[in-house]
Amino acid sequence: MKKQLERKHSLAIRWLHWVNFPLLTMMIWSGMLIYWANAVYSIRIFGTAFFHFFPPWFYEFLGIPYRLAEGIQLHFFFMWLFAVNGLIYVVYLAASGEWRAILPVPGSFGRAIQVALYDAKIVKKLPPHGKYNDAQRIAYTAVILMGAGSVITGLAIYKPLQLAWLTSLLGGYEWARWEHFWLTILFVLFFVVHIIQVAMAGWANFRSMVTGYDVVDADPVATVPDLPESEGVRV
Amino acid sequence: MKKEEVLLKKVRELNDTEGDERGNTATILTEKKEVGPPVDAATAKREMFVRSRRSFLVGGAAALVGVFGWRWMPAETKYNLLRRTFEFNEKVSQFFYRPSRLAPEFPPSRISQRRVNGMIGIDTELDRAAWTLSVGGLYGRVDDLVLTLDDIKALPRTEMITELKCIEGWSIIVQWAGVRFSDFAAKYLPNTTDGSRPDVAGSPEKLVPYVSLSTPDNGYFVGWDMPSVLHPQTLLAYEMNGEPLLPEHGAPLRLASPTKYGIKLLKRIGRIEFTTERSRDYWAESGYDWYSGH
Repeated sequence: MKKQLERKHSLAIRWLHWVNFPLLTMMIWSGMLIYWANAVYSIRIFGTAFFHFFPPWFYEFLGIPYRLAEGIQLHFFFMWLFAVNGLIYVVYLAASGEWRAILPVPGSFGRAIQVALYDAKIVKKLPPHGKYNDAQRIAYTAVILMGAGSVITGLAIYKPLQLAWLTSLLGGYEWARWEHFWLTILFVLFFVVHIIQVAMAGWANFRSMVTGYDVVDADPVATVPDLPESEGVRV
Repeated sequence: MKKEEVLLKKVRELNDTEGDERGNTATILTEKKEVGPPVDAATAKREMFVRSRRSFLVGGAAALVGVFGWRWMPAETKYNLLRRTFEFNEKVSQFFYRPSRLAPEFPPSRISQRRVNGMIGIDTELDRAAWTLSVGGLYGRVDDLVLTLDDIKALPRTEMITELKCIEGWSIIVQWAGVRFSDFAAKYLPNTTDGSRPDVAGSPEKLVPYVSLSTPDNGYFVGWDMPSVLHPQTLLAYEMNGEPLLPEHGAPLRLASPTKYGIKLLKRIGRIEFTTERSRDYWAESGYDWYSGH
């Protein structure tokens, strides 16, 4: 069987993706240093605190307490890099046409459920898909919106007077902070699922995010030698 | 076998093995697929190996530079970088700053439970009768002007119910009454940078750019930029939630403003000085943002 090298990810996408990893890590880490100073959020079920963000052992284990000033310094430094990297990513997707591989399309939500069932090994067949399946399309678009949401809610907390209209739109200062926090939790959940999926997809898939290429079985149509155009067969 | 038959057979095989996995969403958005020429497996493997080696070396080197560059950056260099970023952020904030933008005000029903957060500079007992306010850096004066609370209360009274935001992340809604700092500055004129007669309302940009405030014992001191000080919601407050200030909330006179975090809202003001130099700030010296402006 002949093989082909398929170009999976462009150089820009790979750099933007990998640069985003330490940037998002630093934003979340510095965010935790800040959050510690007023750690008020919990998951409540019927009015009872089910899980508090975060338990004392968690802070102690990571060495978070009493580092608010450092957290603010880091947060307001890396915010620029995080926002600029994200902005370049969106502009690049739009300009290069690569958004076509990522945007959900009609039917994506239905097929995404089938993808989830496939991943859970409940159904045997993966629904038809392009470069990314529909669950991926939804996740990769959602994570861009989450990034935008983090920047917007962050700005509303950072400049609640000069951007008072924005802060009000988000429900006020306290709500904006709440939204900023939960978007971060969503980022962490995205990260966990992403890592599990990458681990399950295997080495070739991971390697393609580094090299940009993957080896695939050659398209049999392309390997048929010397087919005159006049004799072309519609397939 | 004819070429057409070879082709059709291969297409059928393809369909049998892969089913209809491909081509659905891809065709809707005309997604591109870029593949190289067909080669034998060994060639593909070798080419992939060369590409992998290059990419992992470049990527690994970039990761090492990033991680160790950050970890081994001298503490002072890192501190200066982050400090300069605060100052850069401050410049961006000031570029977009408009004094006409106001913080939201709230109905009395929204007033929160009061909250005390820190007694730095006010941990000695307050002698209300002995308290005075010294003002330095006034136009046409070398020495401090000494004012009493009655002098302050003689100025127009302003009330507001605004949100006090602590840098720790919590906020409360407080009702304040006092004197707009801009009204105070219109009566007790700050120096100008060029020595011309001050016009606080007309050309505030000519005033000296900074204001320094400190507690009587100098235990707590803050620096402010003039635009934030002259913001219509920055008050020299003497009442909180409808009653005279309590000692722990900064009696007899304190700053109240939704333009900055609580760390900037000095309690028990002992001295105000209008300065050309960026003035010292208690929390900025512990690594917080000097500007801390909203």
